[in-house]
Amino acid sequence: MFSLRYLKIWVGGAILLLLCVCGLAAPLLAPRDPQAQTLEDRLRPPRWTENGSSAYLLGTDNLGRDMLSRIIYGSRISLMVGAATVIFAGFVGCALGAVAGYFGRTADEVVSKVSEIFLAFPFLLIAIAIMAFLGQGVGNLIMALMLSRWVQYCRVVRGEVLSIRERDFVTAAKALGAKDWYVLLRHVVPNTFASVTVIATFGMAIVIITEASLSFLGLGVPVHIPTWGSMLSEGRSYINRAPWLTIFPGLAIFITVFGINLLGDGLRDILDPKLRRQR
Amino acid sequence: MNKLSRRIIGAIPVLLGISFLIFLLMHIAPGDPVSLLLGDDATPADIERTRHEWGLDRPLIVQYWDFLTRAVTGDFGKSLKFNEPVTKLVSERLPATLELAFAALCVAIMIAVPLGVYSAIRHNSLLDHAGMSVALIGVSLPNFWLGIMLIYFLGGQLNWLPVAGRIEYGIEVRSITGLYLLDSVLTGNYAAFWSALQHLLMPAFTLGSALAAIVTRISRSSVLEVMRQDYVTTARAKGLSESTVIWRHILRNALITIVTILGLQLGALLSGSVITETVFSFPGIGDLLIQSISARDYKLTQVLILMFAVTYFVVNLLVDLLYSWIDPRIRF
Repeated sequence: MFSLRYLKIWVGGAILLLLCVCGLAAPLLAPRDPQAQTLEDRLRPPRWTENGSSAYLLGTDNLGRDMLSRIIYGSRISLMVGAATVIFAGFVGCALGAVAGYFGRTADEVVSKVSEIFLAFPFLLIAIAIMAFLGQGVGNLIMALMLSRWVQYCRVVRGEVLSIRERDFVTAAKALGAKDWYVLLRHVVPNTFASVTVIATFGMAIVIITEASLSFLGLGVPVHIPTWGSMLSEGRSYINRAPWLTIFPGLAIFITVFGINLLGDGLRDILDPKLRRQR
Repeated sequence: MNKLSRRIIGAIPVLLGISFLIFLLMHIAPGDPVSLLLGDDATPADIERTRHEWGLDRPLIVQYWDFLTRAVTGDFGKSLKFNEPVTKLVSERLPATLELAFAALCVAIMIAVPLGVYSAIRHNSLLDHAGMSVALIGVSLPNFWLGIMLIYFLGGQLNWLPVAGRIEYGIEVRSITGLYLLDSVLTGNYAAFWSALQHLLMPAFTLGSALAAIVTRISRSSVLEVMRQDYVTTARAKGLSESTVIWRHILRNALITIVTILGLQLGALLSGSVITETVFSFPGIGDLLIQSISARDYKLTQVLILMFAVTYFVVNLLVDLLYSWIDPRIRF
């Protein structure tokens, strides 16, 4: 299990696990309150640099807030928004894709037409449009991201179901008298899980970057909640005086997304037989 | 009816659907744009009068129909924030975004296609693994962070490149196409060309890098797929040189997938320009969109988002047309 083949999965999984631990245990791990302002310690550089203080490992921001604590708390939003979007978008997309692919006809036509509308639009722009009109908020953000991502699952699952429903085991189940819904849920949908797992993993990475992008543009969660994107946006004004305000939140996003992409790559290598042949 | 006409006709309900969704979103948005514009001092009578003047008191479907009939004649009304016709604002800013997107596309193609093709040809070599690792890093880099880091290192620390804007203050370019690089060459204004190029380099690299990462991976897998086809084995078996096999048989066929992905990603490039333009204060459509959102100028926001959708559709159509040039078996 520890072979090189699984290295990507182990490293990526470890990074994702670290994110989960940071997010769930933030109050225990963060050395300070992420909102607490110590104005006399404002723009303090990281501990290991000249003028760095041992009290602040990654330094402080323009309001004297501890960067490490804010980064740890920031992981909560990334994790929550990422997981919620993947679950909701995955559920909606898979359900619609499965129904469209299995039953065809009107169901397929309606789902395909609606998908086309969403596909005719870059997903970041769908999210920007929704957030622009609905305003900041975690709920709005998750809804915006869900509306922009469900179509990816729908398309893949529909395609898979179209091919699976012609397979012998489906014909056999029907011949034994199984009802359509039973065949779909018991025999067809479980066979799409491999592809769904891979797109959900890559999808989570995309959602985390999109959430950070929206927060960076001021369209994400309200400003009082620490997120990596909003920290980057605030730190931008101090780029020459205090580069750590932008370097560390950016690194946090990069490492998280890199880890999840690595996990997705590893899973795809194992689950996609076509790719297995190429290797 | 040929396929091209069918595609254009088929897009009409999709575009109508998009425009209606945007229109609906605009009306369920919290906050009344009229109250926002008139400020706290406005009386209810003032608000009511302005709403009537702008036709906002009419039924939603009537307003939508009015918007559509005006839109087909190119009349999108006036921006609330800038108090100028939306069409004028868009036409002033569009060339900047197109120039940026085109430059980013060039950056992506120049990096990604050779790297992807070479990785596939030297499959499983050290260079292949290095190339794919770089691509994975590229996909994982948030491009706004990359932009800020470039501003810090290349602009702030090394002072090599300008960090904001489209051209140096004081340098004028006579507008022909609105594309500064092209206009400065056409008018022989090389100082302007150099300045515009310097201003374009960092934003183009920032925007192009994410696309480059995706295209590298796709190019590699596309070439790998083609390399396993029987006609490639036949080409080798009849004694053709390796370079002929690669250029004539492998690359030509692999290009279809690469062009498809480039086309599909152009939409992402356009939406990515919103972030890149904000980071570099680059005066394009994306920057205008964020300004209109901040000012709650819903009318301008609506038109800009719709324009992005139409551009995305047109680009995809052009990509389809490009197929028949690359692969003569595909005919419209």
